[in-house]
Amino acid sequence: MQNKLKSEEIALRIRRRVFEHCIKNNGAYLSQACSSAEQLAWLYNEALNIGDSTMPSIPESFSGVPSIKNKKYKTGAGYNGPITNEYDRFIFAPAHYALVAYATLIEVGRLDPAGLSMFNKDGSSVEIIGAEHSPGMEMHNGTLGIGLSTAAGIAYGRKLNKEKGETCVFMSDGELQEGQIWEALQVSVYYKLDNLWAIVDVNEQQVDGAMSDVLDIGDVQKKINAFGAKCIEIDGHDIDAMRQAKKEQHKDQPLIILARTCPYKGMNYLKKRFPRLHYVRFKSEEERSIMNIEISKELGIEPIEY
Amino acid sequence: MIEIVNKPYSYTFKNYASKNKKILCLSGDLTSSCEVDQFRDEFPNQFVSMGMAEQNMMSFAGGLSMSGYIPFIHTFGVFTYRRPYDQLLASIAYPRRKIRIMGFLPGITTPAGMTHQAIEDISVMRTIPNMTVIETGDATEVESICEQANNVDGPVYCRILRGSVPRLFDTPLKIGDIRVLNSGTDILLITSGICTEEALRARSVLIDAGISILHLHVHTFKPFNEEKILDLLTNIKIGVITMENHLVNGGLGTLIAEIISKHGLSKKLMKLGLNDTFAHGGSKQYLTKYYGFDAYALIKSIEKFIGLPLNIEEKDLEQARIENVHSLSKAEAL
Repeated sequence: MQNKLKSEEIALRIRRRVFEHCIKNNGAYLSQACSSAEQLAWLYNEALNIGDSTMPSIPESFSGVPSIKNKKYKTGAGYNGPITNEYDRFIFAPAHYALVAYATLIEVGRLDPAGLSMFNKDGSSVEIIGAEHSPGMEMHNGTLGIGLSTAAGIAYGRKLNKEKGETCVFMSDGELQEGQIWEALQVSVYYKLDNLWAIVDVNEQQVDGAMSDVLDIGDVQKKINAFGAKCIEIDGHDIDAMRQAKKEQHKDQPLIILARTCPYKGMNYLKKRFPRLHYVRFKSEEERSIMNIEISKELGIEPIEY
Repeated sequence: MIEIVNKPYSYTFKNYASKNKKILCLSGDLTSSCEVDQFRDEFPNQFVSMGMAEQNMMSFAGGLSMSGYIPFIHTFGVFTYRRPYDQLLASIAYPRRKIRIMGFLPGITTPAGMTHQAIEDISVMRTIPNMTVIETGDATEVESICEQANNVDGPVYCRILRGSVPRLFDTPLKIGDIRVLNSGTDILLITSGICTEEALRARSVLIDAGISILHLHVHTFKPFNEEKILDLLTNIKIGVITMENHLVNGGLGTLIAEIISKHGLSKKLMKLGLNDTFAHGGSKQYLTKYYGFDAYALIKSIEKFIGLPLNIEEKDLEQARIENVHSLSKAEAL
């Protein structure tokens, strides 16, 4: 499904929307929008072969957790289209990027902008950490590292079913510190899951700050290649590079695209807060106001009214 | 003489899974130890070797379930919840995946010590929302476990007995049921898993000594048949004894205590099992004796309960069935 807008334009709109949310709510996972906007725009606008959303554009309120008594329970997977033999399955692994995911769904027409006003509100399914029932999610990924294993399981099952569609995971580099990721790579390589691919937002950030200061994980591309997967490193803000990377042959191997990104891309003024970028909450009214003016300028919009 | 069945899980799983191609047999590098090696050899397309990587195995199983398959996970019980607890919750329990977790080596049924002995699994599993929890106590129950577990609309954890397993019952396990093994009015004795066989060793001498025992065997911890227990508890004169191959906290004993307190019943409860302690490596006979939940410990507990000596000596009990550690019915001497 090709949107009328170019992926580059969608990426800009994602940044604007997340920024607006951040200013209005005095805080957000803002740097994640800076680093991942091109990837998510490209995934939804071009790379993923998915059908139209099967869910209401304004999300239904929270309808209870899964239980034997809860017959109404639904995951948010329907925002990524129906689950069929031909279509791709998409797993959104870093649940902390949920706001960016919702913003993306809005910009590609799968979610109504009003949906974002339900963000982090009591009784809403549009949760701050993406839950299974949140738009665009199919599983809980708030515990980092389980996305790739799950996608590998799906891909294995789909191979057995001889399904045409691929299984894609959007990941972040912080979760590469989790041992489970490497277990998942082992298994995906061993079972030659070439219907599995991932794009990793390598922004080199984690909660405590820059990964190099918290727990440096070295040459990730070399490691993943050594595990036997096909690993390609690109500029994560260059959509052409993504298109090329996805075309790489990876017969009998999963494909992992490392998208090297900048956590303040498109909002250079944010650099002042580096390396504390995991969650941007303004320290003072003055900071909020000046960031509003400066970053709005960079994004080509009027300062946000709040 | 009690009938001993060789590897009941092996043929049970093979017969059941080979008829349902949506079932996948997952193994965490313990294929022969979990008696699915023959299945692997005969049905390689339904077998998925997961290696020693339990965290991945749990989430991977979740993914298989999301693509329409029914994973049966095979490994030792401890490895299904200690290391991959987070994955167990997020990938299996929360989304209510139809995944059947077959946990081998329940409690002290292994000489491999603390790292292999699942002594708190029932406690952990039964507090997890959406989880069904079952323990097999004999060969007949092992023979019914695959079908029963697979009928559950949601995830299931099963304690599986392997190797030489006695046949105590002639009717299949039915989830949610409780077996009444003996009627009586003085003491309500509730046992589960291997403790039922152990309790049966003491039963005839206790009856000879004039103790009237209502003996129940529990295989389903969740959903637990509270009504049936409540009904049977009411007319008990002296008190309740639970005996379990598990910590006395969180398992069968606690379950019964919860029912007694919930309904305000005035019944004394004695809980036999591992009393707030880890165990070490040894034989089943040695460990149940050492930690006080063998047949003789049961006699001693009843004496304490009634406040009178029963004049029963250990030699009066039916002979314990000694399992050969180096048996052909086990892949390794674990």
